Amino acid sequence: MNGIHDMGGMQDMGPIENEKNEPVFHARWEGQVYAMYILSGAWRKWNIDRARYERELIPPAEYLRMSYYEKWLTGFVELLVGRGLITRTEAESGVPSADSHKATPPVSADMVLPMLAKGRPAMRNVAVAPSFHVGQRVRARNMNPITHTRLPRYARGRTGTIERDHGVFVFPDTNAVFQGEKPQHVFSVLFTARELWGEQAAPQDSVYIDMWDDYLEPA
Amino acid sequence: MTTNRRDFLTAAVTAVGAAVTPDLSHAHEHDHEHQAVPSDPTLRVKALESLLVEKGLVDRSAVDTLIDAYEHKIGPRNGARVVARAWVDPAYKQRLLTNSDAAMAELGYGGLQGEHMVVIENMPKVHHLVVCTLCSCYPWPVLGLPPVWYKSAPYRSRAVIDPRGVLREFGLELAADVEVRVWDSTAEVRYLVLPERPPGTEALNEEALAALVTRDAMIGVAKVMPPQEGGRK
Repeated sequence: MNGIHDMGGMQDMGPIENEKNEPVFHARWEGQVYAMYILSGAWRKWNIDRARYERELIPPAEYLRMSYYEKWLTGFVELLVGRGLITRTEAESGVPSADSHKATPPVSADMVLPMLAKGRPAMRNVAVAPSFHVGQRVRARNMNPITHTRLPRYARGRTGTIERDHGVFVFPDTNAVFQGEKPQHVFSVLFTARELWGEQAAPQDSVYIDMWDDYLEPA
Repeated sequence: MTTNRRDFLTAAVTAVGAAVTPDLSHAHEHDHEHQAVPSDPTLRVKALESLLVEKGLVDRSAVDTLIDAYEHKIGPRNGARVVARAWVDPAYKQRLLTNSDAAMAELGYGGLQGEHMVVIENMPKVHHLVVCTLCSCYPWPVLGLPPVWYKSAPYRSRAVIDPRGVLREFGLELAADVEVRVWDSTAEVRYLVLPERPPGTEALNEEALAALVTRDAMIGVAKVMPPQEGGRK
């Protein structure tokens, strides 16, 4: 989706505010949103790509206005409701419906650190042939899907070089809409700054972008 | 669905109302629980937590444990230890650059949002800078959760098109002959910059070196500075 979240290359967004001695969370509720979202992921009702997609669906003006954890809160509620863990009525009232049965949380306090250490790997140990090899010249496809993608607009149609093959990973474009993991190779692709931005860029500078096989074509 | 969604978002936005972005210049001068942060998100999240706990979807003590982990255990000090080890142990540095995950695991680091990590080395004529233009991807096991600026529109938008201008804003002016490489974290690979070891640190041990390494240097918006005369600033 050509949404506001795809910000690479935009200008005039203002100065970068580097807060000194910044706390991890600026308020208790931010930590709660963060933690509840991570813990609820253990129900396996959604995946990380869907979670990102939900935040991208926040209307553009609101996306820019909201703080980071407000966006997470909004996306999290959409995940909970959309995947049936809670109802819209429950989300608005904060009270379980009369017919709600009590579940058992999948992650208890003693399971938190082991869960973090284990992570949720997106790499898949399946044999998939790569379409490209290191050193090959490639072009990022000119595509404009209306759903989730991780191919940033600023790279589309641009030509680069495969620098590294990261291995086989879940494909976000299908995974975000629950149409399967479609595992495929991810490559680090080098684009010169001038290929992306023209003559105003320094000639020796470059941008490395991670790209799935399906995002690329031979140049 | 679309109508419901928009209606809900509108309601949610109205509810959070004045919440917006906390005023960063003041937010840290007060105790956040009763200052600066508007009460509404606090109440709304409290209600959501009660709901999820009552429905048995989330364990409240697990929430507290998870918050505590990122406030006190998982943060940039982890990455600093990795960097310091690489500075004092050339064999470790080699492993770190060629198989970052295994080398991080040697020190006990890995896991959520750092399942697949790659370390990139700054050199006198090559400077690396990490960004996520699409959201907020960041190597949690070694840097913790990202600061607000890293997730903000100004940084996400400009890091790829004007990295030298961005670095200048952080107080880092690079010479014209330095090559800048920006890494946009668009996939599930997480990047950590191995900064250059500053001059004048030959006598320091690993622990003292780690104390010099900052979060910003491991993102690539700063260099590691030599120890200050008469102690660290």
